[in-house]
Amino acid sequence: MIASFLQALVNGTLAGAVLALPALGFNTVYAVLRFPNFAIASLATIGAFAGWIANVLWGWPAPAALVVAFVIAGAAGAATDALALRPLRPRGAIMAAIGSVALDLLLQNAVRFGFGNDPRGYNLPVFRDWQVAGIAIGPQEVEDAGLALVAMVALFLLLRFTRIGKTMRAVADNAALAESKGIDPARVAWIANSVGFGLAGIGGMLVALDTSLDPLTGFRVLLSIFAAAVVGGLGSIPGAVAGAFVVGIGEEFSTLFLAPTYRTAIGFLAILVVLSFRPRGLFGERAY
Amino acid sequence: MVDYLASLAVFAGLYALLGLGLNLVWGLGGMVNLGLAGFFAIGAYTSALAALHLHFPLVAAALSAMLLAAASGALLAVVTARLKGDYLAIVTLGFAEVIQLIASNEIWLTNGTDGLSAIPAPGRGALSPLGFDLASAGIVWVVAAAAAAALGRLSAAPYGRVLRAIREDEMVARVAGKNVLSFKISAFAASAAVMGLAGSLYATYDGYVAPDSFDVLVTLLVVLAVTAGGVGRMQGALLGGVLVVALSEGTRFLGGLLPGLSALQMASLRQGVIGLFLLLLLRLRPEGLLPERMRVHPLNDQGGKIR
Repeated sequence: MIASFLQALVNGTLAGAVLALPALGFNTVYAVLRFPNFAIASLATIGAFAGWIANVLWGWPAPAALVVAFVIAGAAGAATDALALRPLRPRGAIMAAIGSVALDLLLQNAVRFGFGNDPRGYNLPVFRDWQVAGIAIGPQEVEDAGLALVAMVALFLLLRFTRIGKTMRAVADNAALAESKGIDPARVAWIANSVGFGLAGIGGMLVALDTSLDPLTGFRVLLSIFAAAVVGGLGSIPGAVAGAFVVGIGEEFSTLFLAPTYRTAIGFLAILVVLSFRPRGLFGERAY
Repeated sequence: MVDYLASLAVFAGLYALLGLGLNLVWGLGGMVNLGLAGFFAIGAYTSALAALHLHFPLVAAALSAMLLAAASGALLAVVTARLKGDYLAIVTLGFAEVIQLIASNEIWLTNGTDGLSAIPAPGRGALSPLGFDLASAGIVWVVAAAAAAALGRLSAAPYGRVLRAIREDEMVARVAGKNVLSFKISAFAASAAVMGLAGSLYATYDGYVAPDSFDVLVTLLVVLAVTAGGVGRMQGALLGGVLVVALSEGTRFLGGLLPGLSALQMASLRQGVIGLFLLLLLRLRPEGLLPERMRVHPLNDQGGKIR
């Protein structure tokens, strides 16, 4: 009993670290542009496929392939936002959100058109699980979580110490004031989208490494991403990380007493509970 | 050919009905519902199960479908009513996913991904297949027209005026002494009930329900119907239902233009076109073909434009 408890805690922590990346991406974009961009699901998938091309077709190792996932997903996210969603934003957050669902459908089907529905695998060495005090720990999962942590630290350093990060925080804090100080909102939107969806792309590939790669890879974790973002506080950067660990561990514990197919429904339950008792999430809506 | 058109007419009427539900809550109340496929599914499954296991007649099955859909709509509205619309968008989208998950996994109740079949419908045995399609199209369109008329009345009534006031400025409505929360919850529940009714008619007509009929594509098609017809205009949803079916059937003919595609590529092209079409529509003609007519006070007339 205690062993399965600890096992769930370990698995949940590792899963939470991976989930934190798309959740950070979602909240980074929300903090700057002030609407939920649902296209994050297919952009995570696009990142996973870009990484697959680098890893399987070009023979690159996983960390290098993750860089490709970041670049392609970030570029695709920033370009599609500028093309399709920016013109909708003056009509309100809801219009942009609806547009992003349509964009998600478009991108998901573009991937399906090109790659088909059959699941694919990456070209990675398979390791035997480590056994520590009766708990099985997968080296691949540990490496994934480690890579996710590196990406998270990079984002914090970017936001905290660079001029770009300062600009993004200024817009998140007060967009009108930032604009009056000469910060170009379109440029900040490009940066926030590139960084946010780039992280989603890395997250998508890490999820695909652990599960499977097909056009719905990102969509399957969408509910968990929402849950992490809302539990932590919509638009909050530290909140996304905290929310991801809460949701990751919660989903893993749920498998102790629920059918594993319902693990993503736990995220939805977490959303309802948090909105009922702490509507602004654990960390509130302040970005940073 | 006639039976094909008759079955298209049924689906156009169902989309119109779903569009009316969305128009009530989004067009009038300014609250988005990206999980309407979930309410549609609740209506379809409730009605199917009531007819299959409890032998409810059509009207009783439809009423129970509306009731359950309304109750779940009210629950979601209660949780999100005090928050910004973003939360409602996220929660409703997630809700539809969870409903699909439950429909796929609670095999004892829903028969899982195999779906429920042989759902009884009055007249299916007595009429020829064509006669059944035509009768169904007639019933669905009578229901849709009645719902459009009723919601049109509601929208002109004080209730609709308050909803529009909440949409434009919640604070003003509150200052005017309106209980914003209860208006939001009741509108959301009523709209979910209309969607549940559409689900019940769908299950009865089709005789078969399965989880994959209730994915996010349905939601997008209905958003497309409402946007095309005109957000806030009830007749617009009727027009929108017809347009959406024409569009999604029209994309079938893309195959003739682009030979050499696999069936899967064709299917993804069709879905992609629908996403693209909605994006273009939101961009180029967001007020729809039948824009909402706003009465503007003469002292505040800026050309009668709505923002």
